[in-house]
Amino acid sequence: MLAYFLRRLAIAIPTIVLISIFVFALQKLLPGDPLLVLAGEERDPEVLEFLREKYRLNDPIPVQYLTWVGNALRGDLGTSFRTNQQVTELIAEKLPVTLQLAIMSLVFALAIGIPAGIVSAYRKGTVTDYVANVVALSGLSIPNFWLGIMLILLVSVKWQLLPASGYVPPGEDLWQSIRTMLMPAFVLGTALAATLMRHTRSAMLGVLTSDYVRTARAKGLSEKRVVLKHAFRNALTPIVTLTALLFGELIGGAVLTEQIFTIPGFGKLVVDAVFNRDYAVVQGIVLVTAVGFIVMNLLADMAYFLLNPRLRAA
Amino acid sequence: MKNLTFTTAALALMASGAMAQDLRIALQSDADVLDPDQSRTFVGRIVYASLCDKLVDITPDLEIVPQLATEWSVAEDGMSIDMTVREGVVFHDGTPFNAQAVADNIDRSQTLEESRRKSELSSIESVEVTGDYTLTLNLTAPDATVMAQLADRAGMMISPTAAAEAGVDFGLNPVCSGPFSFGERVAQDRIVLNKFADYWNAEAINFDSVTFLPIPDTTVRLANLQSGDIHILERLAPTDLAQAEADEGINVVSAVSLGYQGITFNVGNGENAESPFGADKRLRQAFSHAMDREAINQVVFEGAYAPGNQSFPPTSPWYNADFPIEPRDVEKAKALLAEAGYPDGVDLTVQVPNTTIPLQLMQVVQAMAAEAGIRIEIVSKEFATLLADQSAGDYFASQIGWSGRVDPDGNIHQFVTTDGGINDSGFSHPDVDAALNAARSEADVAARKAKYDEARAILIDEAPLVYLYHQSWITALDAGIEGFTPYPDGMIRLEGVTLSE
Repeated sequence: MLAYFLRRLAIAIPTIVLISIFVFALQKLLPGDPLLVLAGEERDPEVLEFLREKYRLNDPIPVQYLTWVGNALRGDLGTSFRTNQQVTELIAEKLPVTLQLAIMSLVFALAIGIPAGIVSAYRKGTVTDYVANVVALSGLSIPNFWLGIMLILLVSVKWQLLPASGYVPPGEDLWQSIRTMLMPAFVLGTALAATLMRHTRSAMLGVLTSDYVRTARAKGLSEKRVVLKHAFRNALTPIVTLTALLFGELIGGAVLTEQIFTIPGFGKLVVDAVFNRDYAVVQGIVLVTAVGFIVMNLLADMAYFLLNPRLRAA
Repeated sequence: MKNLTFTTAALALMASGAMAQDLRIALQSDADVLDPDQSRTFVGRIVYASLCDKLVDITPDLEIVPQLATEWSVAEDGMSIDMTVREGVVFHDGTPFNAQAVADNIDRSQTLEESRRKSELSSIESVEVTGDYTLTLNLTAPDATVMAQLADRAGMMISPTAAAEAGVDFGLNPVCSGPFSFGERVAQDRIVLNKFADYWNAEAINFDSVTFLPIPDTTVRLANLQSGDIHILERLAPTDLAQAEADEGINVVSAVSLGYQGITFNVGNGENAESPFGADKRLRQAFSHAMDREAINQVVFEGAYAPGNQSFPPTSPWYNADFPIEPRDVEKAKALLAEAGYPDGVDLTVQVPNTTIPLQLMQVVQAMAAEAGIRIEIVSKEFATLLADQSAGDYFASQIGWSGRVDPDGNIHQFVTTDGGINDSGFSHPDVDAALNAARSEADVAARKAKYDEARAILIDEAPLVYLYHQSWITALDAGIEGFTPYPDGMIRLEGVTLSE
């Protein structure tokens, strides 16, 4: 298992390097001069030239990239053009927010998606199955921003139950923090739940018709035990992979949901940074997100070992 | 009886505002760096209105009034300004404010390499500290715009001690002398300011803290106000006006801005100026005649903005009344087109920022122009790209606006004079240059107005920029907010503002 783990890790490193080159190059390909945005409405040429020197934008692009890598290896991801804040600081500030949103959304997604998937597979072809499918499909098709605004108008404006938007750090007030994050997590969660439900359903369908499930039933085990223990456990592998990938995606930030609920997470930060051509910030976040994604993938692989004894032996 | 005493006491407590009161203000976007010398965003200035005092302020009628400077007088020859500053003022870090602090501040604005204020203060040659609270600004040439510059970021006073210590990183922990001091900032989430107990005008301030929350989505911003999560919302979208006005818990106020919105034609910026519209002013005039400015205001902005045809709004004292907004005249536009040699119509490519409002505006403009035979092709570009192309002359016509400055000079000079810093149009006319340069140094208001009128007459005829409307700063307030005055600069001034729950 250790060898396998190390091998996967070795593959991850070139992936990260390639991603960083790719993102760097893409940003330079974007039309538009970051300094025109940065210099303000007046665009004083003297200021423009100074900033160009300061941020080394006159250097050839490969040199700019190598400078960035050199600094990054020393833990310095640069400074935001826009706010003069250290990128590492910005990431440290946003990562907990993004993680909290990702975890809470995933809780919603799992709590809705998996039971719905199991039930609809078990009652395949019945009204329950169709209803679950329609609900799942709507979860996928309803745009997040629409659902978000509707929830705000209903829950916050009309019923005044939850704060309309914003963010409260859990360290400051845990209860308030969860309350403010409830709606955005639900909005994100429902969309993910739909995907999870569909995958759970198809995995369960495959397993429920297999021989060992029939055997288990023949042994006289309770239906609950057959479905949850024997069938579900074997259907778990694709679900775990999917969950890990979904979580990886969530770490990248959920732009629209963050925008609607004004959550200061990665998504909003990176979009604003792209529009302002805030190169260092985009680069820094992509790096963190890529690492996050790779780590989630690794964890998913590890989970297979725990779930599937046959892999452990190999 | 006992009960009654208790109730009275409780009421008295409430009336005296014993509860710590936090005012929550929603901003349309996040501010940039909080250093008045380096900052460049509109929302940044809204935060400064509570954080940093300026040497002078403006009234809603654009008169310049004392803030940290109590008196000033311009010398006979216009080459210097004597100024007296307020005594007993301290910065948030306890550093005393005096004439030397003013000198240090102007020096920083002029010499800090990252400073965006250099051009605003370029006419100040030196600052002479003549006493603890008196100083003289020596100018390179007579300049009527200096005091107005000092009513904005260039006149914001920051603590010289803190500035010397923090250098270019001052913006991470700004120290000024305004009614509120910097508390904390979480990027894209909030900026918190706390009441400054030693503020010179502390009795006019009724809040213990102010929290600025960037909420970009207009619907969500309004929802926050309706649910009571925020108290003041800046720049309400005109499309939300009806809903906000119908809500009894919300009051809406507005003021016409100092800026303008319109179309800039490329008349002399590179090869693209050779286009039909760049080469022939009759086509640009035709374009202007084809526009129904009132209809644009009604259709796109629910009538909430002000139609315009000059860089100054019709409500401005600098507006040239000899050239009022003309009603739409399609026949005249067609005649001009025919005269210019395009009886069958002419094509025009206009670049537009790729956001909702500019696109809606351009579609209305497109439809109006089409009826006069001007076939507009809309090219929407993301803002940074649009700006770069416009600056490089890589466009034919561009839909872009200006946020506005207090002094008229800031809204016209740099756009249409030959060497103007933002003359993306490439417009050049010796008489306009002469008139606008003269207006810059003319201290007499009537004589100055005459110079602007002179330039305006040429600009209306040449039409390098066709102005369409002036935005209004629409502020939505919780019904409990009292004493709020909207200003044409769009700033939120909290002196005398109260909130009853």
